[in-house]
Order: sequence, then C-alpha cells, then structure tokens
Amino acid sequence: MLAATGYVGSRIKRREDPRLVTGNGNFTDDFTPAGTVYLHMLRSPHAHAKILSINTDAARGMTGVLAIITGEDLKKELAGPIPGVPYGTISTVPAYYPITHDRARFVGNIVAAVVADTRANARDAAEAVVVEYEVLPVVLDMEKAHKGEPTLVHDEMANNLCTEIELGNDVTEAFNTAAVTVEARFVNQRLVPNALENRVALAQYHQGDESVTLYVTSQNPHIIRTLLSGQIGVAEHKIRVIAPDVGGGFGSKIPAYAEEVIACIASKKVRKPVKWTETRSESFVATTHGRDNIDYIRMSATKDGKITGLDIIAYCNMGAYMSLLGPSVAVLCGVIVPGPYAIPNVHFKAICVYTNTTPTDAYRGAGRPEATYMLERTMNMMADKLGMDPMELRRKNFIQPDQFPYFNVVALNYDCGNYEPAMDKALEIFGYQEMRKTQEEARKQGRYIGIGQSTYVEVCGLGPGSGMTISRGYDCAVVRAELTGKVTVFTGVAPHGQGQETTFAQIVADQFSIPIEDVTIKHGDTEMTPYGMGTYGSRGTAVGGGALMLAIDTVKEKAKKIAAFQMEANEEDVVFEGGKFTVKGAGGGKSISFQEVCLKAYIDPKMAPVIEPGLEATRYFEPGNFVYPFGTHLAAVEIEAETGDVKILKYVCVDDCGNQLNPMLVEGQIHGGLAQGIGQALFEEAVYDSSGQLVSGTLMDYALPTAAELPTFTLDHTVTPTKVNPLGVKGIGEAGTIASTPVIVNAVMDALKHLGIKDIQMPLRPEKIWKALNGGSNSSNSAGAREAVVERHFGEDNK
Amino acid sequence: MKKTVKLTVNGTTYERDVEPRTLLVHFLRDELGLTGTHIGCDTSQCGACTVSVNGQSLKSCTAFAVQLQGAEVMTIEGLAKEGELHPIQQGFWEMHGLQCGYCTPGMIMQSVQLLDRNPNPTEEEIRRGIEGNLCRCTGYQNIVKSIQWAAQHKNQGQTEIPEASAPKVDPQPIAPVP
Repeated sequence: MLAATGYVGSRIKRREDPRLVTGNGNFTDDFTPAGTVYLHMLRSPHAHAKILSINTDAARGMTGVLAIITGEDLKKELAGPIPGVPYGTISTVPAYYPITHDRARFVGNIVAAVVADTRANARDAAEAVVVEYEVLPVVLDMEKAHKGEPTLVHDEMANNLCTEIELGNDVTEAFNTAAVTVEARFVNQRLVPNALENRVALAQYHQGDESVTLYVTSQNPHIIRTLLSGQIGVAEHKIRVIAPDVGGGFGSKIPAYAEEVIACIASKKVRKPVKWTETRSESFVATTHGRDNIDYIRMSATKDGKITGLDIIAYCNMGAYMSLLGPSVAVLCGVIVPGPYAIPNVHFKAICVYTNTTPTDAYRGAGRPEATYMLERTMNMMADKLGMDPMELRRKNFIQPDQFPYFNVVALNYDCGNYEPAMDKALEIFGYQEMRKTQEEARKQGRYIGIGQSTYVEVCGLGPGSGMTISRGYDCAVVRAELTGKVTVFTGVAPHGQGQETTFAQIVADQFSIPIEDVTIKHGDTEMTPYGMGTYGSRGTAVGGGALMLAIDTVKEKAKKIAAFQMEANEEDVVFEGGKFTVKGAGGGKSISFQEVCLKAYIDPKMAPVIEPGLEATRYFEPGNFVYPFGTHLAAVEIEAETGDVKILKYVCVDDCGNQLNPMLVEGQIHGGLAQGIGQALFEEAVYDSSGQLVSGTLMDYALPTAAELPTFTLDHTVTPTKVNPLGVKGIGEAGTIASTPVIVNAVMDALKHLGIKDIQMPLRPEKIWKALNGGSNSSNSAGAREAVVERHFGEDNK
Repeated sequence: MKKTVKLTVNGTTYERDVEPRTLLVHFLRDELGLTGTHIGCDTSQCGACTVSVNGQSLKSCTAFAVQLQGAEVMTIEGLAKEGELHPIQQGFWEMHGLQCGYCTPGMIMQSVQLLDRNPNPTEEEIRRGIEGNLCRCTGYQNIVKSIQWAAQHKNQGQTEIPEASAPKVDPQPIAPVP
C-alpha cells in the first residue's frame, strides 16, 4: 500500500489546523447572511405536564417579534414527525413532534418558538409567552416504568415499553451445570455528550425556487437532508444541507432534531434566514444523552476458569421519545457482549423503556462501552471467585488466532484478531508484576493502590451492506483529477475533528505520487459531495477511506488508458510508478507524467473520438463486514483514604486498529477517548431529581474532566490489519472510551477489595468512596448489597 | 437605551453603540465580526471565549462590552503577526493540540498568558494553568505538549527567566457596570 512518497504512515501535521489555530474556522454560528433573524425555543420546565393553554398575545406585541409558533401552528406545516428507527419486538414509534401540542414529556420539550430580529428580543418575547400546565406524575425509574407503573409517557405504549431485543442462544444448561457463577447489577449512568460546540441551525428558505439551505452542526448531512425532506415536505433535491466545521459530536450530532425543522419552517414563514444557536444549559436538556442502562449480568465458568455462559438483561432508557438510533444503541451493546472471549453460550435481552427524560442516542462507543463495562467488571469478579489473577482468566478465555473468522454466538463474525500479543505488550510496558509488589508494599503502609484491567474487542466501521438495523452501510467518494494535475476529492463522510482532510490527502498523494499540497479534500455539503452516511461509529476511514481507494483505482485505470493512447502503447504494457506511466517490455521506455495525462484528458483533440473527456470517478464502498479493533488497557490508581480521591498513577494502553495512516492522529483519537471513558468512571453523571429536573444541567454542575484531573497516558500498539477494507484499517475513534471505563473502576475496586468493599456504582466520586471507606452505605445501587435482587431478577425474567 | 463603547481590538479602535447587556463575546462576534472567539457555555466554565484584555486572560462571556471602555483587547485573530504564527499557535499545530478546533482559540489565548507569566512551566503547572478551559476531544495530553513545545521554542536564544522573577501582572479590575 505504501507508495514512494510515503505520506501514509507518517506523522503529517494536520491541514485543518492553520485555519483553526488562527480563528479562521467556519463553524455554523460564524455564518450570518444579510437579514438573518433569530429563533428562540420556549421549553417545558416540567418533566411531564398537560398543556392547557398557550397565550402569545403579550409576546406578539413585543419589540422585533416576527413570529410565534406553537405546536398546533407547526403541525399544519409539518410533513412528518422527528424520525426514530424501531427495532425488536415493537415497531410502533410514538410521534415526536418538534413542538409538542398536547403534553410536555421531558424538561426541555419545546412548547413554542419565537422569531425576532435579535437574539435578545427573541428571548425576551419567549419569556412573555404564558403557558398553563397541568403537572402530571413522572416516570423516571426504568425498572419500575415497565412493571405496572400507572403513569404512561405515551398513552399508546403499554408498560412504557419501547421495544425488547433478544439475541443469542439458550444458556439455561450452562448455568444449571456451572461449577462457578457470579452475578451482578451494574448501573451505567446517563452521560451528557457535551461537544464543545453547541448545536446550531441556520435555515434559509429561497422563495424563488422554493428550496431550502440548512447550515447545521451535523455528523451526517446527507442523512439529515433525507430526513428533513420527510419532516418539512420539501423534496430532497430542493434541500441543501451544509455541515461546515463542526465542533465535536461524539454521537450527539447524528440524530434529526426538532430545532432544525422549526428553523426551516420559520424561515419560510418570515422569508428571512433564521438562526438558532443553542446555549450550553439548553443543550443539557435539548441534545441527546448517552448510556443510561441498568445491566443484570451473570457468568458461569468451570472450576479451572473456562467461561461457559453469559446472560444479560439490560434496561435501556430511551428517554421521553425515540431518538433516531435509540434502540440501535442497545443492539450495538448486545452484539458485542461476549467481547474477545470464546464463550459458547450467550444470551442478551434489552428492555428499552420510555421515561420523562431527555431522549438518549449514540454517545461515543454507543452500546459497546456498556457491553465492555459489564463484561470486564464481571471478569474480575469471576477471577476473584476462582482465585485467579484477572489477566490469567482473560488469557485463558481469549479467542485464539486460529479460530478466526469467529462467530461470537450473538451476531457477529469477527474477521481477525490476535489478542495475546497486545496483552503481553501492555503487561510489559505497565510492569504488571512490579506493580503488584508496589501494591503489596503500599498496603502494608495503609495506602490503597489498585490495578485495573480491560481487554476489549469492539465492532465498528459501520457498516456492512447487510447486517445493520437500518439500511445498507457504505460510503462514497469522488476523485477528480483536475486539468492541471491537482486532485480534488469529495467525500461522503463528515469529519469534525477526526482529521480526514489530512489522512485522505495522504492517501491520494501517495497513490498518485504527487505532493500533498496538490490535494484538497472536500466534505460536508450535500450539493457538492456524493451521498454518504457521515462520520460516526469509527467509520470515517474504514468505510470512507475504502470508497476513496476504489475511486482512486478507477481514475488510475482511465489515466492508464489515456497514457497508453498518448504513448501509442498497449494498455497492458503501461505501468504507473513514481508518478509516471511507463511502457514496459520490448520497445518500452517511454513515459508520461500523471500531470500530463491529466492535461491531455481534458484538452487533447486527438482523443476526441476514442476516449471520453475528463478524469474523474465516483465510487461507493460497501464493506462485507464490520471491523473489530481490540486491545489491552491497564491502570494503577491510588485512593486517598482521607478524602476518597482517586489518583491515576499510571495508564497504559496497547490498541490494535490495524494499519495506521497517521499515528499522530491515531494517538489523538485514543487520548480523547480515554478522557471520556475516565470521565464516566470518575466524574460525569446526568442526575435527575424525583420530579424529573436535570440537576446536573450546566457545566457548573456536570463534571467534565479538566487537564488537571487527567494523567499522561502511555500508548503503544500492535498491527493486525483487516482484509475487510482496502486500507487494512479498523477505526480508532471509540476504542479509548470503550476500554477505559472498566479499567479505572476495576482498579478502584482492586484497591478497596481487601477492605471488603465489593462494589460502588459509577461515577466513583470521592464522596462515595469516602463513605464506603468509613462504613457508610456506599450506594443504594450497590450490587453487593443487592445480590438477592439480582438472583430474583434472573429467576423471574429469564424463563 | 444604547450606550457608546470605545475600545481597541487587535490594534484597531472601534466605537459602537450597544445595549448595555451585550456581552463582550457577542460584541466581538456580532458587532465586529471576529468569529474566532467561540462560545461554549453560559456559566463561564469552558473558556472557549477567552481573550486577552490589557494583557490578562478574560473569559469574554463574563464581561459586558460597556465595561471595557478604553480597554486593549486581543483576540485569536490578533495573535499571528504578519502571517507568522505565534509560537503557541505553531505548537498546537506541531503537536496535534487540537481536533475539532472549537476550544482552540480560547485554549491558545489562555496558554499565551500562561507562558507570559511562567515561561518554563512544569507539566503540573501547565495542567493547572489551563484547567479553566475545557476540551472534549484531545484528553489534554497533546495540548500540554503543544504548550511545552511553545515554551521551548519561545525561549530559544533567551536566558531562562527563573519562575520567581517572572513578570508579575498587576490585576486590573474591569470597570463596574455603568
């Protein structure tokens, strides 16, 4: 794959950066066309309330007000509600209207929208809208919600059940005959994605041709355009969606959202560009949340540590409505629950329920962190019960290299993997045995040091042509060799921090042996790029890069034809090497440069009857399988006994994402993933009070990790390329998040194990640990305290 | 209702009539079109809007424009001189100190002050020095490296200024709300 120019595999500085470090980025809120007016949302302050009346009289008369839109007003203009993709036992999706007209179902549900000449006037007028509510009882507890809870979030959804998803085989026999079993209940708490850029929508309805342009903070502009068409009733070809520079997404910028629909309809109404800019506090309730599962898990093994069965019942909180991929996240959890271990019997059941909370959707890892967390915690519990070192238990159960392709019982066919070398490398770099000694010494001095482990495999590169819940999975690229020998690429993926403007340019430059400066990568504008699925699920390079390779090949084929014509040679005798097409064999030696071929392709009249002008290709790449990156992460932590504070002493990870196009960018992705996974383990939590108010609803209350709280990570890798795509890459966007959460929690548990502390639910805030250390009830959610509950659960629900 | 404010931004003096409630960050973005300064929150936690006011870092969402009568403001757009990146900008580019780039302008402006006050910070001092600025992409590791790169290259050919004798900045309070 490596060509003479050697860009691929090198630590090339990013081409995105010069504009971003100088304040010349183009983020959605930076655009303000002449005449722009502003949209402000009036949101429900109640988690569940009937709307009795809305009085807009006072607001309508206020300075600068152009329009006030209620749910009833919007319904007249609306072609369809906000879409959610159903999966599993139930296919009914309760209508999610951008502005609700009957009931508010979560704090933040939009009740009315105001358009005014300035942001401030819109906000002032929204405050003057009088809404009369009848407050209703709320549904918050997932487990109670679907068992006889009299209050329903949606009247038509009995037991607040969104759907049930069941995967795997029968595990009864495995558990009946098991020598050793462990059981646990894990709370995988709700998180708020918190991309640094809040969401923004700038809609412009063009009266002349009845078309719409929407600038929006999106990870997948093409999908948004298709969905928007169904929501606003403007045909897809008359909608242009532009996702310019996007300030992070982490899954929260995948779904279709109410505000972009309202902005489009408002723009048509007031005949001006309409801009909505979310505030952070608004984002906390208005942008989708992640995780929020309660997982019951049991595992069986033989006396010598061979795992024989795995059984999981996962409650998944959908929030008040089904967001685009709500249940799909549960599927992504279920399909990977056995992880990197050869477990013959695996059963997974997800119970997805509605509650009066902000809808949930994908958040970095989406289902896979939940699966990995419960599996890796349970592995350590099993190791303890067997009296084995946790790493030995893992080693003993790894899928072996000669077992690939390996069917994991639940759904997936892992194409390749080699787990032990990554583990051995991590153990060596970490100094596992020495750290055990350090731990022992520290314990004698009354210090609490713990070691945490996670060996993970994930499924990403969404996705194969078949096998996804929603549609075919592919991406697209246009490679255009310009007349002057420069190359412009239009990609269907929509990078927002991942750096494909750089990595894709590296690929193109290598493939054509041209300087990287001669390549431009364009993305994010549906009017310019081919239909692509966007950037999420660690798919940008694995799938988008595959499409790019195919398009490059097609351009090369045509270029070769042109070169042969120009040199009056047989096409079969022409080879492309070092930026030149050269005639090989007898009478060979002639050559023509790539740049000359480009020029001839567009202007040479001699080719007129023979070869079509232009040098460009559009290709779609639809992989035959997902990709399966893996690795081993290890951490050592010390607990400060006086405060319960967790200090990360050392963090080592060895990841295998296949070939690395730009190691510097790979490392960056891992760093960021680790920070988010550690954030979940130690700091972050969306907390609702008993009335459904989001208590941790601002950055003042929600603990995002800062530089001062994170350690320096030690990274290394192994390389096991996949054959699923032409680049042999496996995706690295989510690995850090998936692996790191259980590592930290396992380390803390290891540090406290000798004190008889069995479990503390995340996030492991100092206060919880301090209470555990000081004999208080550490948490009502503690699995240790609720063993009976767990047992009963499998007894009742698993027949 | 509107008040006149006169202040200098990146060397140019502007005089504008603004509503007293206009925040400095909105003034920069909406009135002056300097969109390099970003807004990431509404509680002054994230630091994406950090600018330099009279040589000191300020989260520009924490001040009204009218409080900055006569102030010298520098934003990210004013940092590179004659097409030459400031060492900190260069450091962020060299060490992959940014991904989505949204926190970057504020992070860079804060780093400028950090190195002005402490030209040779330890890793711990860097981490403490930027803890008022949030980044969701990088895990901060490469931001720390970027600042270290800048510290090294900024000081090339200079004698090292010991920490104790680093220039003390006289904190100048922002004018009260008129």
